[in-house]
Amino acid sequence: MSTWLRQHWQTLGMTLGRLARDPLAALLNVMVIGVALALPLGGYLLLQNLAGVAPRMTGSPQVSLFLAQDAGKNDIAALEAQLKQIPGISALRFVSREQALEGLKQSENLADVIAALQTNPLPDAFVLEARGGAAELEKLETQLGALPKVAHVQLDSAWVRRLESLLALGRMAVMILAALLACGLVAVTFNTIRLQILTQKDEIEVSKLIGATDAFIRRPFFHLGFVQGALGGLAALAIVYLSMQILNGSILALAQLYGSDFKLRFFGMIDCLALLAFAAVLGWVGAYMSVSRHLSGIEPR
Amino acid sequence: MISFNQVRKSYRGGHEALRELSFAIEPGELVFITGRSGAGKSTLLKLIPAIERPTSGTVLVNGQNIGSMRRAAIPYLRRNLGLVFQDQKLLYDRNVFDNVMLPLAFTGHAHKEAARRARAALDKVGLLAREKANPITLSGGEQQRLCIARAVVNRPSILLADEPTASLDSASAAEVVEMFRAFNQVGVTVLIATHDEALVQRLNPRVLALEQGRLAA
Repeated sequence: MSTWLRQHWQTLGMTLGRLARDPLAALLNVMVIGVALALPLGGYLLLQNLAGVAPRMTGSPQVSLFLAQDAGKNDIAALEAQLKQIPGISALRFVSREQALEGLKQSENLADVIAALQTNPLPDAFVLEARGGAAELEKLETQLGALPKVAHVQLDSAWVRRLESLLALGRMAVMILAALLACGLVAVTFNTIRLQILTQKDEIEVSKLIGATDAFIRRPFFHLGFVQGALGGLAALAIVYLSMQILNGSILALAQLYGSDFKLRFFGMIDCLALLAFAAVLGWVGAYMSVSRHLSGIEPR
Repeated sequence: MISFNQVRKSYRGGHEALRELSFAIEPGELVFITGRSGAGKSTLLKLIPAIERPTSGTVLVNGQNIGSMRRAAIPYLRRNLGLVFQDQKLLYDRNVFDNVMLPLAFTGHAHKEAARRARAALDKVGLLAREKANPITLSGGEQQRLCIARAVVNRPSILLADEPTASLDSASAAEVVEMFRAFNQVGVTVLIATHDEALVQRLNPRVLALEQGRLAA
């Protein structure tokens, strides 16, 4: 066991040494992998931020509850008490018909029309803020419609549904992009390792002649693919992080116009580690394919 | 230790390198394989470390049958053999010392022990002072001695050398042969293929003379 570990350790040292000996080539490979991974990663970052922030941005979905014209003060008080019992409602505001009329009078082009009215045609209303996704909102709608003295429930859930399907679409696009670029990463590693095998052809041949096992000969190439993948993942994280910092300057200025302090937030530690592991494993896979394909061709004569 | 029984080896295209070859070599022997180019000397030497497999007949090395040996077992067979090549097959991307360290990397020696062994091997061939040099800067004789150091660093029981003196001047050739004799005297079985008749006559060893893939009468 300790021999096995020591051999891995020595190989890793050799691999890093080999990368350091030709830093430009290593850097370019890492850059290619980094840029390829940065595209889906950046998309994922945007989606994650958007999904996390969307409900907060507009408060929560609003429901307007219009009361029947014959609802009296007692009916309204009873209804308010009932509404407060419903768990899906996070905030509740009563808008009386007089308040509503006053509100309309404020808008210039309607003032004349309203002045001509004999009576107030507007109903009393509750404006509710609800919690939950599209499905829960629809359940709430039915529940509210069944309450006494409620004439009409207007649910503003269309945008929630739209946003959700938009996010789902975005997620799908990012997944496809990620899958394609993962193949790209494997291909890049495949080629790098192929070149590396060709440059080390003599060493491989001599090693086979003097008793190296196939496992021993393969090992440094696996390490190389693994390390290169991980470094590429690191580069991708750096690219996305820097881009985010640049974007955040503009985003903050824009958000302030809307009285928000929204800005993009970076991935947590777990997400970063998962990405590094993913990139490293892809590098290993590319190396594995390349080694299986190219190493058997080198036999001493 | 090494025995050939009715060994035939034909290459693709029908060329018959060895025909019905039988002989046995005991532990501790020093044997020269002689014959003209194309007589089958190299093929004979390639059969022992399973670089080539016999077409028919049996080759036994330390009791193992080369013809039926699994691929995965070959590295372990080769670790017990020291191979010296006519073209040395040195690695020019590393220094003399690291060339000798190569076989020790896959036998799993600790670095300190490996370095000690590598220096001992270099000392035996008189290259200890050149350990930091790149092999390309060595003379032909020195390169051949480096190849020998790499072959013996794992302390093999059998040394195989294919035309080890072919590209050397006579003084260097004599040095190299003297080294093989020294290893033989400490119990290593040594097989040397050569077409250098003068060399053979001077040592007066056992000789396997090949002629068109057979032992010459």
